[in-house]
Amino acid sequence: MAEVKLHGGWASPFSNKVVWALKLKGIPYEYIEEDLYNKSASLLKYNPVHKMIPVLVHGEKPVCESMVILEYIEEMWPQNPSLMPSDPYDRAQARFWIKFAEDKGVAVWKMFFSTGQVLENAMKAALEMLQTVEKHGLGEKKFFNGDNIGLADLAFGAIAYWLQVLEDVMGVKLFESHKFPSLHEWFENFRKVPVIEENLPNQHEMVIAFKRRRETLVTSA
Amino acid sequence: MSKGEVVLLDCWASPFCLRAKIALAEKGVEYEARAENLFGGKKVPVLLHDGKPLCESTIIVNYIDETWPSPPLLPSCAFERAKARFWSDFIDKKYATYGKARARSPAKNEFIEILKQLEGALGEKDFFGGDSFGFVDVIAIPLTCWFYAVEEFGGFKVENECPKFSAWMNKCMQRETVARILPDPEKVYEFVIMLRNMFGIE
Repeated sequence: MAEVKLHGGWASPFSNKVVWALKLKGIPYEYIEEDLYNKSASLLKYNPVHKMIPVLVHGEKPVCESMVILEYIEEMWPQNPSLMPSDPYDRAQARFWIKFAEDKGVAVWKMFFSTGQVLENAMKAALEMLQTVEKHGLGEKKFFNGDNIGLADLAFGAIAYWLQVLEDVMGVKLFESHKFPSLHEWFENFRKVPVIEENLPNQHEMVIAFKRRRETLVTSA
Repeated sequence: MSKGEVVLLDCWASPFCLRAKIALAEKGVEYEARAENLFGGKKVPVLLHDGKPLCESTIIVNYIDETWPSPPLLPSCAFERAKARFWSDFIDKKYATYGKARARSPAKNEFIEILKQLEGALGEKDFFGGDSFGFVDVIAIPLTCWFYAVEEFGGFKVENECPKFSAWMNKCMQRETVARILPDPEKVYEFVIMLRNMFGIE
């Protein structure tokens, strides 16, 4: 099998989604931690358009954008386990929720960079996203992918886990269990999946790092 | 070729609906188009296959490709498919920034820069995927019927600034499906003027 490398960031939700997929499938890979303030020449060569992590390099061929990478991993290594449904309609539904997570999840990241009214609006948008998923996302299923986790679970898992970090950093409470009982139950099940449990970056360390970064952002605003 | 009843909730001026229509036409799938009022609040396109709804144009095109596999829109190689998904995502990200009626129009140089990046993706190929009209072409070509409006407002011609991109547009327009389905750019231009008046944009 050609060599697999991942250029990532330990505290990046986008990078960690790819780690989860690779580990779930048991794919061996070399991990390269990128300093986002001093990007490597390799990263810039492999992702000239966006210059961002994560980038998966498979046999010297780069794949960029976390959800494109996840679909690529699923297609290259479809078994052990499969992370997408097999029926085309169910796949389209999974892709809908993956896209929803990507598009609406922006509100969560935006919170970190905002103050004042912009922050209020971002928090409102994040709450609306959670409300929609609470109401329509899971139905009676344990996971978005059914009985076992899939790509849509990875997409929302990243949002939920990092939202908890940002709540701590910003001193706000959005993802409350009494408001989102279905999502909370799903998230507890998600965290208990052994591969996920073993590959969650330390929230306490992230809170410290993010708080430091937020301070420089807010004071320079 | 028929695999159940196909209905498309549609609006003539929406490039996203055009994506679905071109994909269905390329596959030779018969469908009923139900015109929706753009300002009626309903989101389009919506594909109904045997009554089951699907939203989001890129996801709809992907579904059409999987359900009616011939001729294929996505390449068969996983790496090429990843490239197709990357550029499709790039196009939609740029549209999200600049494309909405109430958003500010891109400055000429921003717009040209985007087209030049797409020219880079095309390289020396006829189409984004190679020799055949494919997924990224379906995603990209409907947006070009809005270019006439951009050119008129910006005072430039895509043909002069990005000849490679312009050549790709012409190749797509030579396909019977695309030529038949894409609306007249002047009609779109009049529609854009109406939208701008409605939203009070100068």
